[in-house]
Amino acid sequence: MKNKQVLSKFLISMATTAVILAGCGNSKAGNESEENESEENAASSSKESVELLNVSYDPTRELYEEFNKEFAAHWKKETGQNVTIQQSHGGSGKQGRAVIDGLEADVVTLALAGDIDEVAKAGLTAEDWQTRLDDNSTPYTSTIVFLVRKGNPKHIKDWGDLAKKGVSVITPNPKTSGGARWNYLAAWAYGDKKFSGDEKKIKTFVGDIYKNVEVLDSGARGATTTFVERGIGDVLIAWENEAFLSLNELGKDQFEIVVPSISILAEPPVAVVDKVAKKKGTEKVAEAYLEYLYSKKGQEIAAENYYRPRDKEVLAKYADQFPKINLVTIDDDFGGWKTAQEKHFNDGGTFDEIYQPK
Amino acid sequence: MAGHVPLSYGSRKTVKKAAEEPLFIRVFLTVVAFIFLFLFLVLPLAAIFIKAFEQGIHVYLAAITEPDALAAIKLTLLVVLLTVPVNALFGIAAAWAITKFDFKGKSLLTTIIDLPFAVSPVIAGLVFVLLFSTHGLFGDLLFANDIKIIFAIPGIVIATLFVTLPFVARELIPLMQSQGSSEEEASLTLGAGGWKTFWLVTLPNIKWGLLYGIILCNARTVGEFGAVSVVSGHIRGLTNTMPLHIEILYNEYQFSAAFAVASLMSILAIVTLIFKNMIEWKANQHG
Repeated sequence: MKNKQVLSKFLISMATTAVILAGCGNSKAGNESEENESEENAASSSKESVELLNVSYDPTRELYEEFNKEFAAHWKKETGQNVTIQQSHGGSGKQGRAVIDGLEADVVTLALAGDIDEVAKAGLTAEDWQTRLDDNSTPYTSTIVFLVRKGNPKHIKDWGDLAKKGVSVITPNPKTSGGARWNYLAAWAYGDKKFSGDEKKIKTFVGDIYKNVEVLDSGARGATTTFVERGIGDVLIAWENEAFLSLNELGKDQFEIVVPSISILAEPPVAVVDKVAKKKGTEKVAEAYLEYLYSKKGQEIAAENYYRPRDKEVLAKYADQFPKINLVTIDDDFGGWKTAQEKHFNDGGTFDEIYQPK
Repeated sequence: MAGHVPLSYGSRKTVKKAAEEPLFIRVFLTVVAFIFLFLFLVLPLAAIFIKAFEQGIHVYLAAITEPDALAAIKLTLLVVLLTVPVNALFGIAAAWAITKFDFKGKSLLTTIIDLPFAVSPVIAGLVFVLLFSTHGLFGDLLFANDIKIIFAIPGIVIATLFVTLPFVARELIPLMQSQGSSEEEASLTLGAGGWKTFWLVTLPNIKWGLLYGIILCNARTVGEFGAVSVVSGHIRGLTNTMPLHIEILYNEYQFSAAFAVASLMSILAIVTLIFKNMIEWKANQHG
């Protein structure tokens, strides 16, 4: 009998908790929408604090962690307003998709223009977003290099070595990863030059490289972890910044960076998501946030995180860090992202032709 | 992942029968079972703790008291507090209806309750994206009224509710079926009301099964990754639950921190397991 009482008491208290919690949930939701309303009302006047959400791709975690602190201090000094910047990271295509589905990003900083084009196509930002900031709206650039194991036991010097038999290559899947698409195009550019534009030979060459791919991860960071942590593969085709980061985080005594004879100028662009910023009343601070990436301070932070700065002076200062590479560009050599995407990565594109899963 | 064995009341007879098998078979089977358990359960679990403390206790403490980690822990607990009571109440109601009454569509209801077991958690997450995303069924309505469901806490709670829905009901249905409704009928004949019958007859009969179901539901709520990952939006310190936070830390090369949070979850799991065993033991005593 005693047991019964205890149990019924327990159940009653549990039910009460559930009811109270449900009530709390509701009142909380109510408060939130009220807050948002008052935020909207106060949008034009100055508020004490403001929040931004930056939806970004995989390897920028360290860059924005540092930059956000710097910008918050700068904004506080300029306007007296506290700004908190929240971050979300993932594969570039996936992140763009989330923004389209309703992840309320004030700014997007993705791996390639194509993914922001999709966001624009969904009506969330202007179609001409890429002309609104300098340098194609890309405050920093990067390129594609190789990361090999210490001593370079397989003697990998250039793209040609990746196609050789017995070399195990790690690169992410171009269908899901922005970085992987840059990797693919860089390999293509090498083939293009070597076989002077003979498409059949280029396809065989790129196909040979992808035959050597042991693991096709879905994102750049996943591929790095496969190579570095799990110890799979002889060479990782990676973002330059990602390669440097692995070197610094996980030991210079384990890996080496190899710079190929030719690579691609990777432009990861940034944009304000107009529709969201307008709704939240954060347009001004969102714009200032992106513009600050172009400032001397912003460029320094980019360079310290191994992104190539646009600013000539800052670039000169960090010249030792960034080896000179013969770089092709997406616009000159591939006719822009739209054309490249259609030709190479859409269903039935060259990637589907050359890649057969094992 | 999806299936589980209902609470069993081990019968003595089968034990006796097994004891009559030749010695070498018994030893062989036991050794195989232990080796398997060691390789696939104990070893990985130990690895988590070794990795977590690799860089010392300070790194460990820093990892689990860092603001983003605390936010993830808080969010996970909030989801538990919202999800488990709701699903417990639902489970009791559903099991009660299915086992004590006859009505049309009963077998349909039984089947539908099992749906979350059959559907992959990723699909479960995507379903809610389809419903509540900006381009989803209710997208315009939600955007206009500034209600956030997916990529916010409500979405995480809804997705978890969906995934953990069957646990309590699945636990209670076989138990209540085996008990039949004769005791309730007796109680009603003797003049007790429906409510009184529930509190004094039904509930005491199912209490251990109920607690067991709640514990399973709780364990899954804490650990759910797939469905939550789809609807979370991965905003740090805001919509990351513990499993998502672990993945992020791992991808940031903060291996010790990742395993520190993982070890916290493992401890939670072990505590749950101890509770589960205590309840089984109690149930055996009473049953």
